[in-house]
Amino acid sequence: MERIYILVSGPLAWIAWSVLILGSIYRLWQVFSLAKQKEQVLFSYISLKYALRSIINWSIPWNTTNMRLHPIFTGVAFLFHIGFFVILIFLSAHVIMIEEGFGLSWPTIPDALADVMAFLVVGACIFFGVRRIVRPEVAFVTDWTDFALLGLVAAPFLTGILAYHQWGDPLLMTILHMLSAEILLISIPFTRLVHMLFAPFTRGYIGSEFGMVRHVKDW
Amino acid sequence: MKERVWIKDEGIERGAEALTPERIERTINAVLGNETGARLMAYVETCVHCGLCSEACHFYLSRDKDPSYAPVGKVKQTIWPMLKHKGKVSVEFMKQATQIAQTECNLCRRCVQYCPFGIDIAYMMSLVRRIVHKLELTPLYIQDTAHSHSATLNQMWVKDDEWIDALHWQEDEIREEIPNARIPLEKEGADIMYSVIGPEPKFRTQLIYQAAVIMNVAGLNWTMPATPGWDNSDMAMFTGDSEIMARLKRAHFETAARLRVKKIVMGECGHAFRSVYDTGNRVLGWRMPPIPVIHALEFYWDLLNEGRIKVAKQIEEPVTFHDPCNVVRGRGLHEKAREVVRAFCKNLVEMHPNREHNLCCAAGGGVINCGPPFKNARVESNSAKAEQLKATGVKLCIAPCHNCHGGLDDIIHKYGLDMELKFLGEIIYECMEKPEA
Repeated sequence: MERIYILVSGPLAWIAWSVLILGSIYRLWQVFSLAKQKEQVLFSYISLKYALRSIINWSIPWNTTNMRLHPIFTGVAFLFHIGFFVILIFLSAHVIMIEEGFGLSWPTIPDALADVMAFLVVGACIFFGVRRIVRPEVAFVTDWTDFALLGLVAAPFLTGILAYHQWGDPLLMTILHMLSAEILLISIPFTRLVHMLFAPFTRGYIGSEFGMVRHVKDW
Repeated sequence: MKERVWIKDEGIERGAEALTPERIERTINAVLGNETGARLMAYVETCVHCGLCSEACHFYLSRDKDPSYAPVGKVKQTIWPMLKHKGKVSVEFMKQATQIAQTECNLCRRCVQYCPFGIDIAYMMSLVRRIVHKLELTPLYIQDTAHSHSATLNQMWVKDDEWIDALHWQEDEIREEIPNARIPLEKEGADIMYSVIGPEPKFRTQLIYQAAVIMNVAGLNWTMPATPGWDNSDMAMFTGDSEIMARLKRAHFETAARLRVKKIVMGECGHAFRSVYDTGNRVLGWRMPPIPVIHALEFYWDLLNEGRIKVAKQIEEPVTFHDPCNVVRGRGLHEKAREVVRAFCKNLVEMHPNREHNLCCAAGGGVINCGPPFKNARVESNSAKAEQLKATGVKLCIAPCHNCHGGLDDIIHKYGLDMELKFLGEIIYECMEKPEA
């Protein structure tokens, strides 16, 4: 068991982060070189001002017409995304690991808060999954990969909760937590989780088109 | 929920007879491989299948929320399988994809405003249309219109002399009302070239009359061309026929350049504006139109604010205003339009939602041009608009777009609404000061 722990917390972590970083660079390079090669014209329609206008307006909860049409979904979606990144970056256990490994440190959030947020993230995943089943317009475009992606995202949080509360074997839970997180990191560039990388560009592009060419709001 | 009927159309049927699986595969891969790039890749891979675009679509809303009419549902039934199977899809699939992309989406871009990622679903539906065009599956009626564009450079098989005759005829008519009025043809160096769509000389000549009266009263230095290139409409844009689109727009811009005008003013048409202002210029390699293009709504607003036209009387009865997608989501003219409407009408009752969140008339994007086979399905697919119109309780609707007129007219009849439709130019013509008349 200890040897597995050393494996997942050492070499596998390095591999996962490397794949994430290199994979992300590759995906961004791929999309930009494709644009440069075949759709150069896109660049001439990009306006930083209108791209940012669009990104900012879509980053404020309940700010857009569609968010107000779906107030509960919007609330859950924002909690989910905020929870995801806040826990990833500011959880004390994560920061301590970084400090021990690299000597870098930054402020952390209280563990009790992180705990609540982790439950919220898992709850949000369940909400998204149920929505995929009960809402016909979502069910129509859902296949097993959509559930797999939700599972992929929920797993590190679920195992993180188990490890933190020492439910089940702590070492096993920690191993599962690290392993599932590593699988998630590796998946980001190569699945629809890539929206993490692409969304600012699709949003920015359409914001530019709407703002600069069409003189109209895109929210 | 009323089930979707797969409609028989002669163009689709005949085209399908000539298809082979190899040709479908080759064509899909040629279009997706050669004519798309980063955008399609990012759109397809970024979409998380959340379904949040659904409520943007009037087809979805009007079809009892049938998910197969939701924007992402349409992508699922067209683009996704094409990509997944690398073009290996059946003839039947292509026939259905044709109906979906060509007759069940108005390319109104409302869903683009509802997608959290700003994914341009209208772009993907246009891509399907491009494939449909290359497979010669385009519905018969709109294909005939594209043929007319190709043969005559106008939408309605108007012959060159008929066009000039129509303008002379209207000039004669106007001179009974305003003795010295002119419709100047081929006036080089005029400030404005006024361009219209094919249906105006064909069966809505009163609109040319009214526009000419406005021009004359405003004392403008304007002209209309006597050569092909006068028509700004463009159904080729909606059949995915980029080559004919490019020929049309080149003829239009070159006519304006030949006349050395400062700007092109166009009549109250939405799709033509999209073509000249947004799409046609791009296909010719112009980032923005090479000659400024002013839609009628903006033109009226300018005239009113420059004091060139004046209000003589106001419409007393309450009116409502329909926002055409292509000049509102396509150019943000909703406030200017309202200022003009309020100047000429005492009481403007809004539809909800309105402005850039308007619901489309379901005629746009070439859907009405697919003709009689699809008419019932189209009108049934816009009960949402009928409810919106009805809720205003007014009897006069101003719709500054030809396609919207066609679409709304069908809706008004089908749903038994007691409502009259007018162009904004008609209202201005009725209500403005005409000193020489």
